Amino acid sequence: MDFRTCVNIQKEWDIVGARQFGRDFSKKLGFGIVDQARIATAISELARNIYLYAGSGKICFDEVENVGSRGICIVAIDTGPGIKDISQVMEDGFSTSGGLGAGLPGVKRLMDEFDITSKTGEGTEIRVVKWVR
Amino acid sequence: MAKNLKEILVDNSNDLVHMWLEEVAEKQKEVTNSAISQDLFENTNREFVNIIFGSVEKESLTSDLDSFTERVINLGWPLSYLTDGLQLFKRVAIEFLIEHEELDVSVPKVLRHVDELVNPIINQLVNEYSGSWENTVSLQRVALQELSAPLIPVMDNITVMPLIGTIDTERAKFIMENLLDGVIKHHAEVVLIDITGVPVVDTMVAHHIIQAAEAVRLIGSTCILVGIRPEIAQTIVNLGIDLSKFPTKSSLRKGFTTALEMTNQMIVQTNSEEQTIEELIDSLDRSEQS
Ligand SMILES: Nc1ncnc2c1ncn2[C@@H]1O[C@H](COP(=O)(O)OP(=O)(O)OP(=O)(O)O)[C@@H](O)[C@H]1O
Ligand SMILES: [Mg+2]
Repeated sequence: MDFRTCVNIQKEWDIVGARQFGRDFSKKLGFGIVDQARIATAISELARNIYLYAGSGKICFDEVENVGSRGICIVAIDTGPGIKDISQVMEDGFSTSGGLGAGLPGVKRLMDEFDITSKTGEGTEIRVVKWVR
Repeated sequence: MAKNLKEILVDNSNDLVHMWLEEVAEKQKEVTNSAISQDLFENTNREFVNIIFGSVEKESLTSDLDSFTERVINLGWPLSYLTDGLQLFKRVAIEFLIEHEELDVSVPKVLRHVDELVNPIINQLVNEYSGSWENTVSLQRVALQELSAPLIPVMDNITVMPLIGTIDTERAKFIMENLLDGVIKHHAEVVLIDITGVPVVDTMVAHHIIQAAEAVRLIGSTCILVGIRPEIAQTIVNLGIDLSKFPTKSSLRKGFTTALEMTNQMIVQTNSEEQTIEELIDSLDRSEQS
Protein backbone atom coordinates (compact mmCIF):
# COMPACT_ATOMS: atom_id res chain seq x y z
CA MET A 1 0.00 0.00 0.00
CA ASP A 2 1.14 3.50 -0.74
CA PHE A 3 1.12 5.60 2.40
CA ARG A 4 1.18 9.30 2.23
CA THR A 5 3.07 10.05 5.43
CA CYS A 6 4.78 8.15 8.18
CA VAL A 7 6.02 9.44 11.50
CA ASN A 8 8.90 7.54 13.04
CA ILE A 9 8.58 6.61 16.69
CA GLN A 10 11.88 6.46 18.50
CA LYS A 11 11.69 8.69 21.54
CA GLU A 12 8.80 9.60 23.78
CA TRP A 13 8.22 13.00 22.20
CA ASP A 14 7.70 11.36 18.80
CA ILE A 15 4.36 10.18 20.21
CA VAL A 16 3.32 13.83 20.51
CA GLY A 17 4.51 14.50 16.96
CA ALA A 18 2.49 11.57 15.60
CA ARG A 19 -0.75 12.50 17.29
CA GLN A 20 -0.35 16.15 16.36
CA PHE A 21 0.00 15.10 12.74
CA GLY A 22 -3.02 12.79 13.07
CA ARG A 23 -5.11 15.53 14.63
CA ASP A 24 -4.29 18.00 11.85
CA PHE A 25 -4.89 15.34 9.21
CA SER A 26 -8.27 14.35 10.65
CA LYS A 27 -9.29 17.98 10.94
CA LYS A 28 -8.53 18.39 7.24
CA LEU A 29 -10.63 15.33 6.41
CA GLY A 30 -13.60 16.90 8.16
CA PHE A 31 -13.78 15.04 11.48
CA GLY A 32 -15.53 16.78 14.37
CA ILE A 33 -13.91 17.69 17.68
CA VAL A 34 -14.88 14.48 19.46
CA ASP A 35 -13.61 12.22 16.66
CA GLN A 36 -10.41 14.25 16.42
CA ALA A 37 -9.86 13.57 20.11
CA ARG A 38 -10.63 9.86 19.62
CA ILE A 39 -8.18 9.63 16.73
CA ALA A 40 -5.46 11.53 18.59
CA THR A 41 -5.93 9.27 21.61
CA ALA A 42 -5.81 6.10 19.50
CA ILE A 43 -2.57 7.28 17.89
CA SER A 44 -1.18 8.03 21.32
CA GLU A 45 -1.93 4.47 22.47
CA LEU A 46 -0.48 2.80 19.38
CA ALA A 47 2.62 5.00 19.36
CA ARG A 48 3.25 4.53 23.07
CA ASN A 49 2.96 0.77 22.71
CA ILE A 50 5.59 0.90 19.95
CA TYR A 51 7.83 3.08 22.12
CA LEU A 52 7.37 0.87 25.18
CA TYR A 53 7.34 -2.65 23.78
CA ALA A 54 9.09 -2.52 20.40
CA GLY A 55 11.54 0.31 21.04
CA SER A 56 10.95 1.86 17.65
CA GLY A 57 8.63 1.76 14.69
CA LYS A 58 6.38 4.06 12.73
CA ILE A 59 2.85 5.35 12.42
CA CYS A 60 1.57 5.81 8.86
CA PHE A 61 -1.41 7.85 7.76
CA ASP A 62 -3.60 7.58 4.71
CA GLU A 63 -6.90 8.84 3.45
CA VAL A 64 -9.38 6.08 2.53
CA GLU A 65 -12.61 6.12 0.61
CA ASN A 66 -15.56 3.77 0.49
CA VAL A 67 -18.80 4.33 -1.43
CA GLY A 68 -19.19 7.98 -0.77
CA SER A 69 -17.63 8.15 2.67
CA ARG A 70 -14.16 9.31 3.59
CA GLY A 71 -11.99 8.15 6.39
CA ILE A 72 -8.58 8.08 7.97
CA CYS A 73 -6.46 4.94 7.98
CA ILE A 74 -3.68 4.66 10.53
CA VAL A 75 -1.16 1.84 10.52
CA ALA A 76 1.25 1.26 13.39
CA ILE A 77 4.21 -0.86 12.32
CA ASP A 78 7.10 -2.19 14.35
CA THR A 79 9.67 -4.94 14.16
CA GLY A 80 9.67 -5.57 17.89
CA PRO A 81 9.11 -8.79 19.84
CA GLY A 82 5.57 -9.29 18.54
CA ILE A 83 2.53 -10.48 20.50
CA LYS A 84 2.14 -14.14 21.37
CA ASP A 85 -1.50 -14.27 22.35
CA ILE A 86 -3.56 -11.63 20.58
CA SER A 87 -6.86 -12.43 22.29
CA GLN A 88 -5.15 -11.96 25.65
CA VAL A 89 -3.82 -8.46 24.89
CA MET A 90 -7.27 -7.47 23.60
CA GLU A 91 -8.77 -8.15 27.03
CA ASP A 92 -9.47 -5.10 29.16
CA GLY A 93 -6.95 -4.88 31.94
CA PHE A 94 -4.21 -7.09 30.52
CA SER A 95 -0.82 -5.43 30.82
CA THR A 96 2.74 -6.68 31.03
CA SER A 97 4.05 -3.26 32.10
CA GLY A 98 1.89 -2.46 35.10
CA GLY A 99 -0.29 -0.19 32.97
CA LEU A 100 -4.06 -0.09 32.92
CA GLY A 101 -4.16 -2.53 30.03
CA ALA A 102 -6.78 -0.35 28.41
CA GLY A 103 -4.76 0.72 25.37
CA LEU A 104 -5.50 -1.87 22.69
CA PRO A 105 -9.11 -2.70 23.63
CA GLY A 106 -9.62 1.06 23.96
CA VAL A 107 -8.27 1.75 20.48
CA LYS A 108 -10.65 -0.86 19.11
CA ARG A 109 -13.60 0.98 20.68
CA LEU A 110 -12.32 4.43 19.67
CA MET A 111 -12.05 3.48 15.99
CA ASP A 112 -14.46 1.88 13.48
CA GLU A 113 -12.15 -0.82 12.12
CA PHE A 114 -9.33 -2.62 13.87
CA ASP A 115 -6.95 -5.27 12.46
CA ILE A 116 -3.93 -6.66 14.20
CA THR A 117 -1.31 -8.98 12.80
CA SER A 118 1.68 -10.03 14.82
CA LYS A 119 4.34 -12.67 14.76
CA THR A 120 6.60 -13.37 17.69
CA GLY A 121 10.12 -12.28 16.98
CA GLU A 122 9.11 -10.39 13.86
CA GLY A 123 6.89 -7.54 14.87
CA THR A 124 3.40 -6.14 15.00
CA GLU A 125 1.19 -4.28 12.57
CA ILE A 126 -2.04 -2.67 13.68
CA ARG A 127 -4.35 -1.08 11.14
CA VAL A 128 -7.27 1.08 12.22
CA VAL A 129 -9.83 3.12 10.29
CA LYS A 130 -12.28 5.81 11.32
CA TRP A 131 -14.99 7.07 8.96
CA VAL A 132 -16.22 10.63 8.80
CA ARG A 133 -19.82 10.75 9.91
CA MET B 1 63.30 21.59 5.53
CA ALA B 2 64.26 25.19 4.79
CA LYS B 3 61.39 26.65 6.64
CA ASN B 4 58.88 25.23 8.99
CA LEU B 5 55.37 25.00 7.49
CA LYS B 6 53.89 27.11 10.23
CA GLU B 7 56.44 29.84 9.63
CA ILE B 8 55.57 29.92 5.93
CA LEU B 9 51.92 30.35 6.83
CA VAL B 10 52.63 33.09 9.33
CA ASP B 11 55.04 34.91 7.02
CA ASN B 12 52.42 34.97 4.31
CA SER B 13 49.51 35.72 6.53
CA ASN B 14 48.51 38.80 4.54
CA ASP B 15 48.05 36.79 1.35
CA LEU B 16 46.28 34.00 3.16
CA VAL B 17 43.91 36.33 4.95
CA HIS B 18 43.09 37.92 1.64
CA MET B 19 42.41 34.57 -0.03
CA TRP B 20 40.34 33.36 2.88
CA LEU B 21 38.21 36.50 3.00
CA GLU B 22 37.47 36.15 -0.70
CA GLU B 23 36.50 32.51 -0.36
CA VAL B 24 34.32 33.16 2.64
CA ALA B 25 32.57 36.05 0.93
CA GLU B 26 31.94 33.79 -2.08
CA LYS B 27 30.51 31.07 0.14
CA GLN B 28 28.35 33.48 2.10
CA LYS B 29 26.84 34.89 -1.06
CA GLU B 30 25.01 31.58 -1.42
CA VAL B 31 23.42 31.88 1.97
CA THR B 32 23.24 35.61 2.36
CA ASN B 33 20.88 36.62 5.04
CA SER B 34 19.54 40.06 4.34
CA ALA B 35 18.92 40.60 8.04
CA ILE B 36 22.67 40.68 8.70
CA SER B 37 24.49 43.77 7.55
CA GLN B 38 27.42 43.44 5.19
CA ASP B 39 29.59 45.41 7.64
CA LEU B 40 28.91 43.02 10.45
CA PHE B 41 29.78 40.08 8.20
CA GLU B 42 33.03 41.63 7.05
CA ASN B 43 34.13 42.70 10.49
CA THR B 44 33.31 39.33 11.97
CA ASN B 45 35.13 37.54 9.17
CA ARG B 46 38.22 39.69 9.66
CA GLU B 47 38.23 39.09 13.37
CA PHE B 48 37.68 35.38 12.83
CA VAL B 49 40.65 34.98 10.52
CA ASN B 50 42.89 36.95 12.86
CA ILE B 51 41.90 34.68 15.69
CA ILE B 52 42.60 31.62 13.59
CA PHE B 53 46.04 33.00 12.82
CA GLY B 54 46.62 33.86 16.44
CA SER B 55 45.92 30.28 17.44
CA VAL B 56 48.01 28.85 14.61
CA GLU B 57 50.95 31.07 15.45
CA LYS B 58 50.98 30.27 19.14
CA GLU B 59 49.96 26.66 18.46
CA SER B 60 47.63 26.99 21.39
CA LEU B 61 44.04 28.00 21.87
CA THR B 62 43.70 31.59 22.90
CA SER B 63 41.11 33.13 25.15
CA ASP B 64 40.20 35.38 22.21
CA LEU B 65 38.81 32.25 20.60
CA ASP B 66 36.46 31.64 23.51
CA SER B 67 35.10 35.16 23.61
CA PHE B 68 34.76 35.22 19.83
CA THR B 69 32.74 31.98 19.83
CA GLU B 70 30.56 33.32 22.56
CA ARG B 71 29.78 36.40 20.52
CA VAL B 72 28.94 34.36 17.41
CA ILE B 73 26.61 32.26 19.55
CA ASN B 74 24.95 35.37 20.95
CA LEU B 75 24.49 36.71 17.43
CA GLY B 76 22.57 33.50 16.80
CA TRP B 77 24.76 32.50 13.88
CA PRO B 78 24.85 28.83 12.99
CA LEU B 79 27.67 26.52 13.94
CA SER B 80 28.28 26.04 10.23
CA TYR B 81 29.57 29.61 10.01
CA LEU B 82 32.46 28.60 12.25
CA THR B 83 33.10 25.14 10.85
CA ASP B 84 32.83 26.25 7.22
CA GLY B 85 35.23 29.11 7.94
CA LEU B 86 37.79 26.74 9.38
CA GLN B 87 37.40 24.20 6.60
CA LEU B 88 38.00 26.99 4.11
CA PHE B 89 41.03 28.06 6.08
CA LYS B 90 42.42 24.53 5.82
CA ARG B 91 41.85 24.48 2.10
CA VAL B 92 43.43 27.86 1.53
CA ALA B 93 46.43 26.96 3.66
CA ILE B 94 46.94 23.59 1.94
CA GLU B 95 46.68 25.04 -1.55
CA PHE B 96 49.05 27.82 -0.64
CA LEU B 97 51.65 25.50 0.87
CA ILE B 98 51.57 23.02 -1.99
CA GLU B 99 52.15 25.77 -4.52
CA HIS B 100 54.85 27.38 -2.44
CA GLU B 101 58.22 27.01 -4.17
CA GLU B 102 60.43 27.04 -1.07
CA LEU B 103 58.69 23.94 0.10
CA ASP B 104 60.35 20.55 -0.01
CA VAL B 105 57.79 18.63 1.96
CA SER B 106 55.56 15.90 0.56
CA VAL B 107 51.86 16.60 0.07
CA PRO B 108 50.60 14.09 2.66
CA LYS B 109 52.88 15.72 5.21
CA VAL B 110 51.42 19.12 4.38
CA LEU B 111 47.93 17.77 4.84
CA ARG B 112 48.80 16.24 8.16
CA HIS B 113 50.51 19.32 9.42
CA VAL B 114 47.64 21.64 8.53
CA ASP B 115 45.23 19.21 10.18
CA GLU B 116 47.29 19.29 13.32
CA LEU B 117 47.23 23.06 13.34
CA VAL B 118 43.56 23.60 12.60
CA ASN B 119 41.70 20.61 14.05
CA PRO B 120 42.18 21.60 17.70
CA ILE B 121 40.54 24.93 16.87
CA ILE B 122 37.57 23.17 15.24
CA ASN B 123 37.16 20.88 18.23
CA GLN B 124 37.33 23.75 20.65
CA LEU B 125 34.70 25.73 18.73
CA VAL B 126 32.32 22.82 18.43
CA ASN B 127 32.65 22.04 22.13
CA GLU B 128 32.09 25.63 23.08
CA TYR B 129 29.11 25.91 20.77
CA SER B 130 27.37 22.71 21.83
CA GLY B 131 28.14 23.43 25.48
CA SER B 132 26.36 26.72 25.17
CA TRP B 133 23.37 25.01 23.60
CA GLU B 134 23.22 22.34 26.25
CA ASN B 135 23.28 25.09 28.81
CA THR B 136 20.39 26.90 27.16
CA VAL B 137 18.37 23.70 26.85
CA SER B 138 18.93 22.75 30.46
CA LEU B 139 17.89 26.21 31.63
CA GLN B 140 14.74 25.92 29.56
CA ARG B 141 14.10 22.52 31.08
CA VAL B 142 14.30 24.00 34.55
CA ALA B 143 11.98 26.82 33.52
CA LEU B 144 9.53 24.34 32.01
CA GLN B 145 9.65 22.12 35.04
CA GLU B 146 8.81 25.05 37.27
CA LEU B 147 5.77 25.66 35.11
CA SER B 148 4.80 22.04 34.71
CA ALA B 149 2.99 21.33 37.98
CA PRO B 150 2.10 24.54 39.79
CA LEU B 151 0.14 24.42 43.03
CA ILE B 152 -2.09 27.25 44.08
CA PRO B 153 -3.32 27.28 47.68
CA VAL B 154 -6.59 29.14 47.04
CA MET B 155 -7.92 28.96 50.58
CA ASP B 156 -7.22 27.19 53.80
CA ASN B 157 -7.59 23.49 53.01
CA ILE B 158 -8.20 23.93 49.28
CA THR B 159 -5.44 23.80 46.69
CA VAL B 160 -5.62 23.85 42.90
CA MET B 161 -3.19 22.31 40.40
CA PRO B 162 -3.89 23.60 36.90
CA LEU B 163 -2.24 21.45 34.24
CA ILE B 164 -1.57 22.87 30.80
CA GLY B 165 0.03 21.09 27.86
CA THR B 166 1.26 17.63 27.03
CA ILE B 167 2.08 15.23 29.85
CA ASP B 168 4.96 12.84 29.26
CA THR B 169 6.18 10.26 31.77
CA GLU B 170 8.74 12.60 33.28
CA ARG B 171 6.18 15.32 33.83
CA ALA B 172 3.66 12.82 35.17
CA LYS B 173 6.13 11.77 37.87
CA PHE B 174 6.89 15.38 38.68
CA ILE B 175 3.17 16.16 39.01
CA MET B 176 2.76 13.31 41.48
CA GLU B 177 5.69 14.45 43.64
CA ASN B 178 4.65 18.08 43.61
CA LEU B 179 1.08 17.19 44.40
CA LEU B 180 1.98 15.19 47.49
CA ASP B 181 4.53 17.72 48.72
CA GLY B 182 2.05 20.54 48.18
CA VAL B 183 -0.84 18.80 49.90
CA ILE B 184 1.30 18.30 52.98
CA LYS B 185 2.85 21.77 52.89
CA HIS B 186 -0.43 23.64 52.47
CA HIS B 187 -2.41 21.28 54.73
CA ALA B 188 -4.85 20.80 51.87
CA GLU B 189 -7.93 18.76 52.63
CA VAL B 190 -9.04 18.96 49.04
CA VAL B 191 -6.91 19.34 45.96
CA LEU B 192 -8.42 20.11 42.57
CA ILE B 193 -6.53 18.89 39.51
CA ASP B 194 -7.64 20.94 36.53
CA ILE B 195 -7.01 19.23 33.17
CA THR B 196 -8.75 21.81 30.97
CA GLY B 197 -5.43 22.53 29.24
CA VAL B 198 -4.32 18.93 28.66
CA PRO B 199 -4.81 18.14 24.96
CA VAL B 200 -4.93 14.33 25.13
CA VAL B 201 -5.84 12.11 28.06
CA ASP B 202 -4.64 8.65 27.09
CA THR B 203 -4.24 5.59 29.29
CA MET B 204 -0.81 6.72 30.49
CA VAL B 205 -2.06 10.12 31.65
CA ALA B 206 -5.21 8.60 33.14
CA HIS B 207 -3.16 5.98 34.97
CA HIS B 208 -0.94 8.64 36.53
CA ILE B 209 -3.93 10.74 37.56
CA ILE B 210 -5.55 7.71 39.18
CA GLN B 211 -2.32 6.91 41.02
CA ALA B 212 -1.93 10.51 42.15
CA ALA B 213 -5.52 10.63 43.42
CA GLU B 214 -4.98 7.33 45.25
CA ALA B 215 -1.78 8.65 46.85
CA VAL B 216 -3.54 11.83 47.94
CA ARG B 217 -6.27 9.68 49.50
CA LEU B 218 -3.65 7.68 51.40
CA ILE B 219 -2.33 10.82 53.09
CA GLY B 220 -5.85 11.67 54.19
CA SER B 221 -6.95 14.23 51.61
CA THR B 222 -9.29 14.18 48.65
CA CYS B 223 -8.53 14.78 45.00
CA ILE B 224 -11.15 16.19 42.63
CA LEU B 225 -10.52 15.98 38.90
CA VAL B 226 -11.95 19.01 37.12
CA GLY B 227 -11.94 20.55 33.66
CA ILE B 228 -12.95 17.39 31.81
CA ARG B 229 -13.96 18.65 28.39
CA PRO B 230 -16.84 16.76 26.68
CA GLU B 231 -14.60 15.16 24.03
CA ILE B 232 -12.15 14.05 26.70
CA ALA B 233 -15.01 12.55 28.73
CA GLN B 234 -16.06 10.54 25.67
CA THR B 235 -12.57 9.22 24.90
CA ILE B 236 -12.08 8.25 28.54
CA VAL B 237 -15.33 6.28 28.39
CA ASN B 238 -14.28 4.64 25.09
CA LEU B 239 -10.97 3.65 26.60
CA GLY B 240 -12.94 1.98 29.39
CA ILE B 241 -11.13 3.85 32.13
CA ASP B 242 -12.86 3.85 35.48
CA LEU B 243 -12.64 7.24 37.20
CA SER B 244 -15.42 6.51 39.65
CA LYS B 245 -13.09 6.07 42.62
CA PHE B 246 -12.78 9.82 43.10
CA PRO B 247 -15.00 12.83 42.38
CA THR B 248 -14.87 14.41 38.95
CA LYS B 249 -16.43 17.67 37.78
CA SER B 250 -16.70 19.27 34.38
CA SER B 251 -15.49 22.68 35.48
CA LEU B 252 -13.18 24.19 38.07
CA ARG B 253 -16.11 26.27 39.31
CA LYS B 254 -18.25 23.22 40.08
CA GLY B 255 -15.28 21.44 41.61
CA PHE B 256 -14.59 24.39 43.83
CA THR B 257 -18.18 24.43 45.09
CA THR B 258 -17.85 20.75 45.94
CA ALA B 259 -14.54 21.44 47.67
CA LEU B 260 -16.16 24.13 49.81
CA GLU B 261 -18.92 21.74 50.84
CA MET B 262 -16.40 19.03 51.69
CA THR B 263 -14.45 21.40 53.92
CA ASN B 264 -17.60 22.84 55.51
CA GLN B 265 -16.98 26.27 54.12
CA MET B 266 -19.20 28.74 52.35
CA ILE B 267 -18.72 31.95 50.50
CA VAL B 268 -21.18 34.54 51.73
CA GLN B 269 -21.83 38.02 50.58
CA THR B 270 -21.10 40.10 53.66
CA ASN B 271 -23.30 43.09 53.02
CA SER B 272 -26.11 42.82 50.54
CA GLU B 273 -26.73 46.57 50.73
CA GLU B 274 -23.31 47.18 49.23
CA GLN B 275 -23.06 47.13 45.52
CA THR B 276 -22.14 43.85 43.89
CA ILE B 277 -19.27 43.87 41.46
CA GLU B 278 -21.61 43.79 38.49
CA GLU B 279 -23.49 46.80 39.72
CA LEU B 280 -20.20 48.58 40.27
CA ILE B 281 -19.11 47.89 36.70
CA ASP B 282 -22.51 49.00 35.44
CA SER B 283 -22.24 52.28 37.28
CA LEU B 284 -18.75 52.81 35.90
CA ASP B 285 -20.09 52.26 32.40
CA ARG B 286 -22.82 54.79 33.00
CA SER B 287 -20.49 57.38 34.41
CA GLU B 288 -18.25 57.00 31.36
CA GLN B 289 -21.15 57.62 29.03
CA SER B 290 -22.41 60.69 30.83
N1 LIG C 1 3.61 -3.15 19.55
C1 LIG C 1 3.65 -4.12 20.52
N2 LIG C 1 4.65 -5.04 20.50
C2 LIG C 1 4.70 -5.99 21.46
N3 LIG C 1 3.82 -6.11 22.48
C3 LIG C 1 2.81 -5.23 22.55
C4 LIG C 1 2.68 -4.18 21.59
N4 LIG C 1 1.58 -3.47 21.90
C5 LIG C 1 1.06 -4.03 23.00
N5 LIG C 1 1.79 -5.09 23.41
C6 LIG C 1 1.49 -5.96 24.56
O1 LIG C 1 0.11 -5.89 24.79
C7 LIG C 1 -0.17 -5.56 26.14
C8 LIG C 1 -1.44 -4.77 26.22
O2 LIG C 1 -1.30 -3.51 25.55
P1 LIG C 1 -2.25 -2.30 25.96
O3 LIG C 1 -1.84 -1.11 25.19
O4 LIG C 1 -3.65 -2.77 25.80
O5 LIG C 1 -1.97 -2.10 27.51
P2 LIG C 1 -0.67 -1.51 28.22
O6 LIG C 1 0.19 -0.82 27.21
O7 LIG C 1 -0.02 -2.58 28.99
O8 LIG C 1 -1.28 -0.45 29.22
P3 LIG C 1 -2.01 0.94 28.82
O9 LIG C 1 -3.37 0.85 29.37
O10 LIG C 1 -1.21 2.02 29.46
O11 LIG C 1 -1.98 1.04 27.33
C9 LIG C 1 1.04 -4.80 26.60
O12 LIG C 1 1.22 -4.83 27.99
C10 LIG C 1 2.17 -5.51 25.84
O13 LIG C 1 2.59 -6.64 26.54
MG1 LIG D 1 -0.61 0.59 25.82
